[in-house]
Amino acid sequence: MTKAAEIEIASVSKVYGSTTAVHPISLKIPAGSYCCLLGPSGCGKTSTLRMIAGHESVSSGDVLLGNKNVTDLAPAERGTAMMFQSYALFPHLDLIDNVAFSLKMKGIDKETRRAKAMDMLKLMQLEPYATRRPAQLSGGQQQRVALARALITDPEALLLDEPLSALDPFLKIRMRAELKKLQTSLGITFVHVTHSQEEAMALADIIVVMNDGRIEQAAPPRTVFERPATAFVARFMGDHNVISGRAGESQAGIVTLAVPSGSEFKVPDADLAQGEPLDVAIRTDRVEVGLQPIDGFGFTGTLSNIEYRGASVKLSVAGAGIEDFTAILSDKVFFAQPVKVGEAIQLSWSPEDVIVLGRAH
Amino acid sequence: MTTVRFLGIGEPKPKRSIRLPLWLVSYVQAMPLTLVLGAFLLLPLIMIITVSFWDYDFAQMYPDFVTFNYTETLGSWVTWKIYYNTLRYAFLVWAITLFIGFWVAYFLAFHIRTSAMQMVLFLVCTVPFLTSNIIRMISWIPVLGRNGLINTALINSGAVSEPVEWLLYSDFAVVLAMVHLYTLFMVTPIFNTLMRIDKSLVEAARDAGASSWQVLTNVILPLAKPGMAIGTIFVVTLVMADFSTVQVMSGGQSASVALMMKNQMSLLQYPAAAANAVVLLVLVLLMVAGILRIVDIRKEL
Repeated sequence: MTKAAEIEIASVSKVYGSTTAVHPISLKIPAGSYCCLLGPSGCGKTSTLRMIAGHESVSSGDVLLGNKNVTDLAPAERGTAMMFQSYALFPHLDLIDNVAFSLKMKGIDKETRRAKAMDMLKLMQLEPYATRRPAQLSGGQQQRVALARALITDPEALLLDEPLSALDPFLKIRMRAELKKLQTSLGITFVHVTHSQEEAMALADIIVVMNDGRIEQAAPPRTVFERPATAFVARFMGDHNVISGRAGESQAGIVTLAVPSGSEFKVPDADLAQGEPLDVAIRTDRVEVGLQPIDGFGFTGTLSNIEYRGASVKLSVAGAGIEDFTAILSDKVFFAQPVKVGEAIQLSWSPEDVIVLGRAH
Repeated sequence: MTTVRFLGIGEPKPKRSIRLPLWLVSYVQAMPLTLVLGAFLLLPLIMIITVSFWDYDFAQMYPDFVTFNYTETLGSWVTWKIYYNTLRYAFLVWAITLFIGFWVAYFLAFHIRTSAMQMVLFLVCTVPFLTSNIIRMISWIPVLGRNGLINTALINSGAVSEPVEWLLYSDFAVVLAMVHLYTLFMVTPIFNTLMRIDKSLVEAARDAGASSWQVLTNVILPLAKPGMAIGTIFVVTLVMADFSTVQVMSGGQSASVALMMKNQMSLLQYPAAAANAVVLLVLVLLMVAGILRIVDIRKEL
């Protein structure tokens, strides 16, 4: 129904005084896609979003929206709309006036703008509350008002700054589904900043994992989870064990990975010179317990903790110079042959489950 | 180290030796404030109201119930003129302090980036208050007088041939001194409200296409209203009750309600002064009630 715009940022950076919040990054977000900027706090994801929105000046580089260079335009001239973290609803205005605010700024007469705002509130199922103030609403309702206020400008892209962080866990999951539904029906580009990998996986067409002002990986959720690009991504996405060490000799395409404590593992399909640092990831749910490992694809360790999670059981194992190695077993497998904390167990994985991780830039 | 305590196990708590009945506890808690307010506010007020109905001659007051103190006060055109004059001062001083106060507070709250600098500059605003009201007022005299700084400068530069007379001992001088004395009472509450405005509201307004002027009129001014109302109450009540500034700065040529009361008291006409005080009190209370009706300041308190 609405035109969606492709967002492109070309070697954009943000420098505050002597600290660099965002190193020059480039990213293309296809029109009509749902993009999540994911990373820990202070990784530059919010700065990046604010630079796209125009609330933060760009230190270098260009921001393009649908092939139009918007780097020096004011926020309202860009065709983007932003939804703020704490919603930033005007406390002195009722819902109609909140939603109609941008129309008022454009000088549209009272009747027209109120009618339009009412339509928008109807779309968000908020019309019974139209004359209330924001403080009289629940968190979920406030969020819908903020959405209505952002969408009334008919934007080509909606920018959301941690939109779900103020909600309780139950509501979070419900609003998450609503956001996705809304994006699908509007067909416009959504850029959503979050620090929750679960949220990003559930919503995104593209996940952009950021760390320390740089993009670690930008890919569809499945790629990010199955082929994490760096050790940071593997750790941040969770459910991965990361083994770090140095590459040893290679034989028939199989490289030896030596960890600092002296143990060695085997890594297939790695093309590395001897002595280079090497990280690999092994998914926690691909680790098997109790089988005799193929040489270099497993180790024997001491079980340090058991966490029962209902459908699965999480085992923490220490051994072979690895302090915390996690294996997730289904409850059926675990209780068929239960083990106790302190016992020695054998862990193993198959060669195709070893993911070779790149290095951060 | 964590200590685990089990409920119901451990040493029994020492029993309080004096036990007040529960209904009495809240009364005892409210007692100190009641006593202070009663002794220093309610009692004097009752005395003033009582005395305002008494009779008097040149030397003495006679307990009585007469209303001529009120009829004389309200029936005299001098009183009405003085009230008009006082209200005019109040309005002028209010308008000027509101204008200056808002912009000073706005500058402090939105244009100074670090909170340390904000506090430093705010304290600078309060520095004049380290001296007494009278000294600050009198210090205007060498500036504004016939042979004062301004007149000397004007004459020496050849801008005027004779000293400008209306600088001192005029309404101008009264309003100027009052603005000087009372602007901070406007700055403080407005600064307080502006500091509480979430900066993301300004960004949200910009995101919706508001210009700087529109942000000011549509977001900041409406949200600053409670602070403005509190500042207004301060300034209006202070000006309405002022007598020293009017006396000194007008050189005795203008009068205010409080000055009229002071003169009545120096003539030992206490009941007349008391009646005047009651009228002034009612007027000021009505003005405050009017302000509170327009602006909801509960959030600020």
